[in-house]
Amino acid sequence: MLQLDGVSKVYRVGAFGGTGLTAVRDVSFTVRAGEVVSLIGESGSGKSTIGKMILRLIGVTSGSITFDGTDIARLDGDSLRAYYRSVQGVFQDPFSSYNPVFKVDHIFDLLRGTYFRDAGDADWRRKVEESLESVMLDPAQILHKYPHQLSGGQLQRLLVARALLLDTRFLVADEIISMLDASTRIDVLNLLGDLKGRGLGILFITHDLSLGNYISEKTVILSRGRIVEMGATGRVYGNPLHPYTRALMGSVPQLHRKWSEVEADLAAKGANVAGRCIYHAQHGTDGGPVAPDGVATGLVEAEADHFVGCFRPYLEGAC
Amino acid sequence: MTLQVTDLRVYYRTLAGDVRALDGVTFDLADGEIMGLAGESGCGKSTLGNSLVRIDGRMKYVAGTVRLDGLELPIADMDRMDEFRFKDISIIPQYAMSALNPTRKIGRMVADLLESRGVRFGEMRTELERRLLLVGLTEAVLDRYPIELSGGMKQRMVMVLSTLLNPSLLIADEITSALDVTSQRAVAETLVEFRARGFVKGMIVITHDVSILYQVADTLTIMYAGKLAEKAPTSVIMQKALHPYTDLLISSLPEVGVRFDERRLSGIPGTPPSLLNPPPGCRFRDRCPLAFEKCAEEPPFVEVAPDHSVACWKVA
Repeated sequence: MLQLDGVSKVYRVGAFGGTGLTAVRDVSFTVRAGEVVSLIGESGSGKSTIGKMILRLIGVTSGSITFDGTDIARLDGDSLRAYYRSVQGVFQDPFSSYNPVFKVDHIFDLLRGTYFRDAGDADWRRKVEESLESVMLDPAQILHKYPHQLSGGQLQRLLVARALLLDTRFLVADEIISMLDASTRIDVLNLLGDLKGRGLGILFITHDLSLGNYISEKTVILSRGRIVEMGATGRVYGNPLHPYTRALMGSVPQLHRKWSEVEADLAAKGANVAGRCIYHAQHGTDGGPVAPDGVATGLVEAEADHFVGCFRPYLEGAC
Repeated sequence: MTLQVTDLRVYYRTLAGDVRALDGVTFDLADGEIMGLAGESGCGKSTLGNSLVRIDGRMKYVAGTVRLDGLELPIADMDRMDEFRFKDISIIPQYAMSALNPTRKIGRMVADLLESRGVRFGEMRTELERRLLLVGLTEAVLDRYPIELSGGMKQRMVMVLSTLLNPSLLIADEITSALDVTSQRAVAETLVEFRARGFVKGMIVITHDVSILYQVADTLTIMYAGKLAEKAPTSVIMQKALHPYTDLLISSLPEVGVRFDERRLSGIPGTPPSLLNPPPGCRFRDRCPLAFEKCAEEPPFVEVAPDHSVACWKVA
């Protein structure tokens, strides 16, 4: 349903925008209906940039993003409004997504002004209440309150409810769990799981590998703007191939295993690929396009539904 | 015994009345112990950390005593606490790494800080450089501005700085929260290293992330709505938590390996009570699956097994 094809983003930086900073380099993946894809990376890896490009908050420098076969860069006016009817985003900080001066109902009123001019009052109220119930909120407890009177988890679910009011089929969820408390974050995560059951495609952007593992079918690991590893979640987590993915997994604090145990386990699993770049082993030394820093940007299929990129610069020596 | 806190009560003054953020907290911290302090936002965990160092104008000391190395701390007295701060008891407040003065080079800032405490920077310089190397920084950072350092580097710098005078107690408030997982690990392991080298005797590590505490803490203390719910050695809490809140909290955390399609986790329904006029009795009562009539009375925080204290009628 959503397809990214060789997408790159170069930000202009410096006093006169003279130098370019490549935030995203040659990224391609697809998200199907009823599928959660988690996009995992550390700060500065370009994961939020990808989310913003999908939401057309910023443009792409090269490559294309297509939704149901239409290139989204060409949308404008009515067609763009139609696009936002199907594609919506929810972001990290629920507290700053609301205007503290208005009651929370305001976010629904804004939506009504743009998309539902013809809806009658009673109709509209019923629609809002239905969407609140679908995210397991009690309308009587939530509506007509100010943002500070609600918890972060409630506000975040309310934003999802707002997105669902439209005929949303694709949701960009950018770190929507990070600011929430442990006892409420799992509810929001389960909500994403339920939405996926209703056929929504979801791009779940996070830095937390355990959250990504819990909810997603497919995992994309980003490092410095390029995809280093991608595939079915079970395969990426069960058999991490890229040195960067392994380092990331080794650093995740786990609840019942100490770092030293995880590290020993990963070292045992990675012994067969240690010191060998899988990409160049399959592709030969002159395979595929190469970025200015000498890293090949393509991916190879290491096993079924499991892709991995060039190991540089995480490998000592050349590939 | 490094630290003994007895029935500490600290409230926040507001126009609507007192917010009972810390309402009768009692615990001991042994020599060389790293105590993890966890709980939801607003449970009073940061208030506990701050109260041991600095009770400011918004806060009101109500009752309780704090003894550090056998000496009672005058925690209610801002001025008299001055001789203990940084020397005997040091805190890394939340967002400390973002609060470094952007207009000063780091070395200059360290010198100012030391000299304000009557310590000559020149005398400490060798030790400072030795400790910077230990956490993977070079002395070159002293000539840099904070903006030139990454988040992980700044956090490690703050850690070295706050333990430079070998305090008895270090309070680390959410020091891993804003960092990437790889920096988180480096910072957490530095804490353990500092203890091993004797830079600090005891530590209170405050965070909402229980899995980090599992990696570094000897004991875990869980707070709920201004009170302690449970304190026990980390492995005991992880395997056999006694307080229903601890149990629900830990089982709501997604782990690597748990999948939504296979095992759906659940959160804790409801929200913590307002601390402005908290209801009498157990404060977890409204959300607790085990609640019964007795819970209308406040449960005492008692030791039910060696080093394992719980505040729950079902257990005690």
